[in-house]
Amino acid sequence: MKNTDHNFSDATRQGWLRLMALAPVAALETAADLLAAHEFTYLAPPEIGLAMVRGRPGGSAAAFNLGEMTLTRCVVATTDRGTGARLIGHGHVAGRDRRHAELIARFDAVFQDSTTDAAARDEMLAGLANQQQAAHAESAAATAATKVDFFTLVRGE
Amino acid sequence: MYVAVKGGETAIDNAHRLLAVERRGDPAIAELSVAQIREQLTLAVDRVMTEGSLYDPDLAALAIKQARGDLLEAIFLLRAYRTTLPRLAESQPVDTGRMRARRRISATYKDLPGGQVLGPTFDYTHRLLDFALAAEGAAPTEAATSDGPAEAMPRVTDLLAGEDLIEREAATEEFETPGDLTRDPLDFPLDRDLRLQALARGDEGFLMALAYSTQRGYGRTHPFAGEIRMGEVEVEIVVEDLPFPVVVGEITVTECEMINQFKGSKTQPPQFTRGYGLTFGFCERKAMSMALVDRSLRARDLGEEVTAPAQDEEFVIAHADNVEASGFVQHLKLPHYVDFQSELEMVRKMRQEIAMAAQPPEGANAADD
Repeated sequence: MKNTDHNFSDATRQGWLRLMALAPVAALETAADLLAAHEFTYLAPPEIGLAMVRGRPGGSAAAFNLGEMTLTRCVVATTDRGTGARLIGHGHVAGRDRRHAELIARFDAVFQDSTTDAAARDEMLAGLANQQQAAHAESAAATAATKVDFFTLVRGE
Repeated sequence: MYVAVKGGETAIDNAHRLLAVERRGDPAIAELSVAQIREQLTLAVDRVMTEGSLYDPDLAALAIKQARGDLLEAIFLLRAYRTTLPRLAESQPVDTGRMRARRRISATYKDLPGGQVLGPTFDYTHRLLDFALAAEGAAPTEAATSDGPAEAMPRVTDLLAGEDLIEREAATEEFETPGDLTRDPLDFPLDRDLRLQALARGDEGFLMALAYSTQRGYGRTHPFAGEIRMGEVEVEIVVEDLPFPVVVGEITVTECEMINQFKGSKTQPPQFTRGYGLTFGFCERKAMSMALVDRSLRARDLGEEVTAPAQDEEFVIAHADNVEASGFVQHLKLPHYVDFQSELEMVRKMRQEIAMAAQPPEGANAADD
C-alpha cells in the first residue's frame, strides 16, 4: 500500500498512530469533534486479544518470545469527503480499552482524508507529544537525581 | 492415578463462600481495591506478569486480590486467562538500547557513558522495619529532581565487543521467527530462544536457587553483572495491512547482561561470554538469576563439560514452570482412594508372606532348617 497520492507520508502516519497509542484515552476524547463530519463502519469491531512480545539478547542475538501483552484492535472505514475514496483506519493499542482502539482507528481514517484540517490535526498531535514529553521529563529528572559517582579508594596513602 | 468421585457439591460451594469471606478479612477494615494493588504492590504485580507471561498490570492486580496475595495462584489465574484470548500480533524485538531507563547500573565499569543511576532501589537500605509506614495518612514523599542533561546509555557489552573481548552474538535474519513453547511442545535439546522463553516465565525462586548453586561451585561461570537496566520500552507490532510497524504502547522491563569468564576452546580464543535475563516490570532478582542460568545452560554450546544441575537443560527447563510444578505437587490432594486401597492390600500381603516365611507351617521338618 503506497501513500504517494496522499498528502502525508507513511512516516507521518506511523507517527500519529504511535502518539495516539501512547496517549491517555481522555486526551483523544477531548479532540473527538475532529471526527464529527465522518460516518464510520466497522471492518473489525474493537476486539481484545494478545500480542507476543519479543526480546533480543544483547541487541543482536536471535530473538526470543518474552511473553504476551493484552492488545485491543479496531479497523474502521469511512469515505473521503473530497474524493469519495474509501479510507481505512487502523487502531491498535496495548491493554483492554476498546474505546481507545476505536478512537485511534477513527482518527487514523479521518487524518487520511484529502479535506482534513491539517492544522487542527497537527495541533492535536503536538498536544499529545507535549504531554508525553512533559511526563518523560518529570520521570527523567527524578531518575537523574539518583545518578551516582562511585569512588575507588586507594589503599596505603 | 486418581479416579472420579461424585458428590460434595454443597460442601464445595460452601468452601468457596468461606474462601470469599476469608479473602475479605475483617469487614471493619477498608476493602483493598485493584487500583491500590496495582499502584502500591507493584513488585508483586510485576512478578505475576512476568511468570504469568502476560503484561497487563490491572489483570495482574486483580489476580493478586482474587488469590488473597498467593502470587503463584495469581500467576496461574493469569495463565488461564490468556488462553481465552486470540493472538492478534507479534512484536518486533523490544529495543532495550533505546529504553527510557529509570535504573542503570554496572558492576564492571565505574565510569561509563550515560553514568550509573540507582533509581527506585532497595539496595543500600538498612533493612530496618520502618514504623512510620504503619501510620497512615502521611503526605506522599516527593522525589528529588535534577536537571542534568539526558545522556545516551550504550550497552556495556558493546564496549567490550569493540575489542573482541566478548563473544559476538549470532547475526540474525530480519524475519526470523523464534520458537514458541505456548504453541509447540518442547523437544529437547532446545535452542537458546526456547530456553530463554522458558526461563522468562520460570519460577523466580527455582531459578535463583540454581543461580546460587553455580556461585557456590556447582558449575562455576565466573559472572560479573555487566549491566542491569530497568525502564520503559516501546512495543512495535507488525500489522498485515500496514506498510510499517506500529507502536501500540510502552511496557516496563528489566534487563540483565552478565559477563562471564571463558577460557576458550580449540576454536575460540579466551574471551568473555554472555548470559541474558529479561523480565516484564521491575524484577531485578529474577533477571539476574535468569542471566546466570542462561549462561550455565549454554555449557553444551560452548563445549564445556556438563556436570552440575544448573547446566542440565532438561532438568532445569522441565522443572522451572511453577504452574506445572504446583499442579503436579498439588494433585496429590485429589482422591487417590482406589490407588491407595490396592497399595494397602499389597503391603498387607507382603507382610503376611514375610510372617509366613519366618514361622514355618506346622508339620514341616525341623531338620530342614
